Amino acid sequence: MLGYIIRRLVAAFLVITLTSMIVFALFFLGPTNVAELLCNEGGRCTDDRRERLETALGLNDSVVTQYGEFVKGLVVDRTVSLGAEYECSAPCLGISFRTKTEVTTELIDKYPATFSIAIGGASIYLVLGTVLGVLAARRRGSFADRALVSGSLLLSSIPYYIVALLAWLYLINQWKIFPESKYVPLTENPGKWFLALLLPWLVIGITNSTVYARFSRGTMVETLGEDYVRTAAAKGLPENKVVFKHGLRAAIVPIVTIFGLDFAVLLSGTIFTEAIFGIDGIGRWGLEAIPVDFPVISATVLVSAVLVVLANLIVDIVYSFLDPRVRLA
Amino acid sequence: MTETLSDTRPERVPLPADSSEPFLVVENLTVQFPTYDGLVQAVSDLSYTVKLGETLGIVGESGSGKSVSSMAVLGLHDVKRSRLTGSIRVGGKEIIGASNSTMKRVRGNDVAMIFQDPLTALHPFYTVGAQIIEAYRLHNNVSKSIAKRRAVEMLERVGIPQPDRRVNEYPHQFSGGMRQRAMIAMSLVNDPKLLIADEPTTALDVTVQAQILDLIQDLQREFGSAVIMITHDLGVIAEISDEVLVMYAGRCVEKGTTKQILTWPEMPYTWGLLGSIADVASDVSKPLIPIPGTPPSLLNPPDGCPFNPRCPHTDKVEGRRCFTELPELVQFPRQTHPTRCHIKDPDLIWETEVKEEIM
Repeated sequence: MLGYIIRRLVAAFLVITLTSMIVFALFFLGPTNVAELLCNEGGRCTDDRRERLETALGLNDSVVTQYGEFVKGLVVDRTVSLGAEYECSAPCLGISFRTKTEVTTELIDKYPATFSIAIGGASIYLVLGTVLGVLAARRRGSFADRALVSGSLLLSSIPYYIVALLAWLYLINQWKIFPESKYVPLTENPGKWFLALLLPWLVIGITNSTVYARFSRGTMVETLGEDYVRTAAAKGLPENKVVFKHGLRAAIVPIVTIFGLDFAVLLSGTIFTEAIFGIDGIGRWGLEAIPVDFPVISATVLVSAVLVVLANLIVDIVYSFLDPRVRLA
Repeated sequence: MTETLSDTRPERVPLPADSSEPFLVVENLTVQFPTYDGLVQAVSDLSYTVKLGETLGIVGESGSGKSVSSMAVLGLHDVKRSRLTGSIRVGGKEIIGASNSTMKRVRGNDVAMIFQDPLTALHPFYTVGAQIIEAYRLHNNVSKSIAKRRAVEMLERVGIPQPDRRVNEYPHQFSGGMRQRAMIAMSLVNDPKLLIADEPTTALDVTVQAQILDLIQDLQREFGSAVIMITHDLGVIAEISDEVLVMYAGRCVEKGTTKQILTWPEMPYTWGLLGSIADVASDVSKPLIPIPGTPPSLLNPPDGCPFNPRCPHTDKVEGRRCFTELPELVQFPRQTHPTRCHIKDPDLIWETEVKEEIM
């Protein structure tokens, strides 16, 4: 088990390194000239000034050297020059071209908001979706089952940002069912934190639960037809125990798998939610950085890569606990 | 822990006052499944009885209604998706239409079932011990540790080596034969009065098959229970049953003692079944004689006798009665046991035409 985890971690490290290289390379292949951009910021841009900026930014060095600098910054403090000099303490992900602050600091500052949104939304859709799916599977073919399946299809065929926008427009702006409150960190004021996030959670939770409801309904219908579920009934177990202890126990495995991956995607930025509900998380941060603020973009891409790779690893490990037939070696 | 296993048995539901009634009575059982394509008539007008200590063999091809009828005894059909009529009485208790709480007491306690494929019939995520303990504690109010001792005891009884270690293992760590033994241990943990074995040896190789059959017989003698052995294998029937019921297209087509059925079979379908057995001890160059065709659709069974499309003896019945009239399950004067066939003197045909060809 330990050997397996170590091997997976090494592989994860390689994937993340490769991702960072690709992002770096893409940026250099892209058409934006950072020096020109920064140069224009400082008023009149002369050729001389632009060339000085290019040298200071290291744009004249080879891509390999620049990447080396970037990697070095992850372990030791370095100074970044964007015309003026900026201190960047390790782990340094660069200095934002726009705000001129350390990317790492901004990331740490903005990440809790995204994490708060993700964890609440994901909990709602996992629980709600699975419960609805199990209920539908038990009553398959009934009116309630058909209503759930077609209702969930309808809801999931509306783009997420429309649902989120409508929710904001009607529930907050027009009907004022939910308070218009600004996001504050949990540590500052838990009550306000909760109030500000309640609607975003519900919107994420309910829209995504449709997928989980249909998926868990499918795996549950399949599991309830398994021989071992019939065996459980033949032993004299009450129906609830047959459905949950024997049926759901087996059906939950594929649900956990897709949940792990979905959750990682959610953790790497809830762009629409943050933009629509005005929450300052990394989704919006990354969105606003496009197309010029390279250090911020690369940081968000790296965070996503790390989260997705880690989620995969965690799913595989959890799998071996859920299914005794899976032995990691 | 001074509690002993024997003290903890709950009181059995008393046998009916009229104790001459066999433990299991199935009367005019009909099981139908409504589907989009129509009504599937899985079992029609089936009647049989099994006494304690006796073994009834039910034989027939796949889809002949063997399993469906025995699942009905445990009330395992979803009431919303099936229609059951007739009567099933277990120890005097009516099963059809019984409440959930009645059924919970019957299942696993009065009646237990051994399923065909022990790999799929045991839950892959729970240890063998946990599954036996669960079955035991459902019907016995005992602590987990006592139930576990009972589980180890049962595993030992069914011949699993090192039961105290194996009790903590998962089904996938067991071999096929061991798994079926574990399944049997689970079924017998509550000393059921009726054991339904639904093709218990089909998924196993022959040497293991014989061991499992011996085990079931031993346990039956030990506990004095009634056994229903569902199989398509007449060899199994010959070995284990007292009486045999041959099913075809959801109906009983021949019923008698094992000796009667195997030495004087009287229904062309049973002749076909006997002809399909490979006998390694006899002339192996002789080809097997399969029954031509396939079992009929239970959605639109053929008119007349359901076996008529496959029966080579329809010309021996006057008129075209085989094609127009469903035979009753009756015993004609020249028969030793009842069959559902228009042929009046089957023993003569068996003796003169069929026996020679297939034996």
